[in-house]
Amino acid sequence: MRFTTAIALALTAVAGIAFTSPASAGILDTVKARGQLLCGVSGKVPGFSAPDAKGVWSGLDVDYCRAVAAAVFNDPEKVKFVPVTTTERFTALQSGEIDVLARNTTWTFSRDANIGLDFVGIMFHDGQGFMVNKKLGVTSVKGLNGASICIQNGTTTEQVVSDYFTANGMKYEPVAFESADEAAKIYDSGRCDVYTTDASGLAARRTTLSNPKDHVILPEIISKEPLGPAVRQGDQQWSHITRWVLFAMINAEELGVTSKNVDQMKASKNPDVRRLIGEDDSVYSDKFGLTKDWAFRAIKLVGNYGEVFDRNVGPATALGLERGPNQLWIKGGLLFAPPLR
Amino acid sequence: MPFSRYLRDRKTRGYAIQAVVLAVILLGGTWLILNAAENLRRAGIASGFAFLDKPAGFEISFKLIDFSARSTYGRAFFVGLTNTLLVASLGIVFATVLGFVVGVARLSRNWLLSRLAAAYIGTIRNIPLMLQLMFWYIAMLTPLPLPRNALNLADLFFLSNRGLFMPRPAPLDDFWPVAAAIVAGLAAAIAYALWTRGHWRRTGRRLPLLWPVLALVVLPAAVVRLIGGPALDFDIPKLAGFNFAGGIRIPPEFLALWLALTLYSGGFIAETVRAGINAVAHGQVEAARALGLPAGPTMRRIVIPQAMRVIIPPMTSQYLNLLKNSSLAVIVGFPDLVAVFAGSTLNQTGQSIETLSITMAVFLTISLAISALMNWYNRRVALVER
Repeated sequence: MRFTTAIALALTAVAGIAFTSPASAGILDTVKARGQLLCGVSGKVPGFSAPDAKGVWSGLDVDYCRAVAAAVFNDPEKVKFVPVTTTERFTALQSGEIDVLARNTTWTFSRDANIGLDFVGIMFHDGQGFMVNKKLGVTSVKGLNGASICIQNGTTTEQVVSDYFTANGMKYEPVAFESADEAAKIYDSGRCDVYTTDASGLAARRTTLSNPKDHVILPEIISKEPLGPAVRQGDQQWSHITRWVLFAMINAEELGVTSKNVDQMKASKNPDVRRLIGEDDSVYSDKFGLTKDWAFRAIKLVGNYGEVFDRNVGPATALGLERGPNQLWIKGGLLFAPPLR
Repeated sequence: MPFSRYLRDRKTRGYAIQAVVLAVILLGGTWLILNAAENLRRAGIASGFAFLDKPAGFEISFKLIDFSARSTYGRAFFVGLTNTLLVASLGIVFATVLGFVVGVARLSRNWLLSRLAAAYIGTIRNIPLMLQLMFWYIAMLTPLPLPRNALNLADLFFLSNRGLFMPRPAPLDDFWPVAAAIVAGLAAAIAYALWTRGHWRRTGRRLPLLWPVLALVVLPAAVVRLIGGPALDFDIPKLAGFNFAGGIRIPPEFLALWLALTLYSGGFIAETVRAGINAVAHGQVEAARALGLPAGPTMRRIVIPQAMRVIIPPMTSQYLNLLKNSSLAVIVGFPDLVAVFAGSTLNQTGQSIETLSITMAVFLTISLAISALMNWYNRRVALVER
């Protein structure tokens, strides 16, 4: 099933690396010629990327890819969402099976430096947390000595938990699964005392457990997990496009530009706004690869960061996450995008 | 000989064609490797095997050799390899025993026994292994009670959703004299058994076997034990914190994988055994009966040895299947070679080509080793024409 397909995919990806000729066209041209953006997502994390009962995708990662598609095609639906497992994800990107990887992936040194990826920015400031059953009466991670921990293999989570328990002189039993889905399901069955992943993921998973109210997320956050989209290394133009679509979404929120008012904003006198939506093209160059109103399209058709956050993971959704560190820097958060000038 | 004659010569032409095909394969292989290396270099992806010496940074719960997060990826490879070998070899041993018992039972003249065996074979062979694996893990083992409500057998064995806990024998000071007495007793028993066989051949009379052998094994050890003190203590699992502490623990992930592999391959082996026994000419059995040989020895000495010739080759492929099927371990979270190396390690290092080729090479090597061993055994039992 999933694992066999994972191996098969990894193998085809490896074959892809072995067979394809080294010289290839730019990713933007490839995407345009194909008429569709291939976006690698997890596909199983509510709030980040998951299809609903009718097969309509939604989530933070999903909306980011829609924004890229809107910037490129002026149509947010020209995206094909490709679910990839943690094991497949990097190989799928390296071999060109997907154009963008937006899959709650943590930006780390080794991933940036060694495996041919470029992280385009931070989409979600996260940190690793722990969920336990209330019945255990545990209130702190420090009380987890000797616990069984359900975990997804091949993630930063797997290494972070090991670092943390070693540093605190505690023991644990990792029970590692190929999919986060299965890890959570087995945790739900009671096989593990603890389920660990990024705090946002815990909130998302808790909604899928049989009795969400029986489970509590412990207060400690034990790591930095900056989650962001990544692209293949070596195509500067594509890196710039994917990076600045994210920055444009963040800048739009900072400037008060939303999907609803973006048309009126064309009349704005604020030079920052005019540059963002392409009314003032003094900073624009053809080298970027898209027409000057690329950010206008992304904002109009998908929305700014705040809109996307509220729609998918915000307080009004099932996940009910507060902005926290994902608040704009001017409001005391960590969200800070370089200026469009 | 003129050149055109060479061209027309069948043998020469055969060699030439083989040489060309071999050269094309080698060239193609070399091109693939060089091209992959070039693509990796261009894509800025690290390649090579240096990662094997770097610390892995993750824990593995089930391990036969020492491993911690500071151990290297190379070490993680060996943890995965030994885990795969353990589950595969236990699976092979138990599936063989089970297969033989069920295969013989299937041919039994006892109606109930043969129907039960047929039902087992029919069910197990016709359900995908992966479903069976999930059944054992998700439907049978993880819904077991928590450790504090564990199923308890005589306060010694505990079955909970954390696995099966059982007492661990711990040798005391007087262990070695008793062990030596048992070994000496065993040696004496074997010597006696061999002597009775010789006696039987010489005189045609059988001497009692069971009781003398039991006495030879048990009596010396019992005497030594009575003179000295207790030889063995048992470390009995006790509930502590989240889980049991002490004793031997078999985690549910291992149990599920081992059960599923054993039961699944056992079904196929049973059919192989039945086919092998049916392949023995019926005249052989009739001849044995005519000579007055009882049913047991007829089976053991006449039928099974001949059936082995038919059984061994398909058995080899059952063993290979079991080994390869063990890679389904990742479904139940058991850290086998594929989960640890082609899963965690691949993903932490991003070096898919290296990890996948090592993993494939390992499975190939083990499979070839099993085949070689079985072929050697097959040659030994094969019919020697005189």
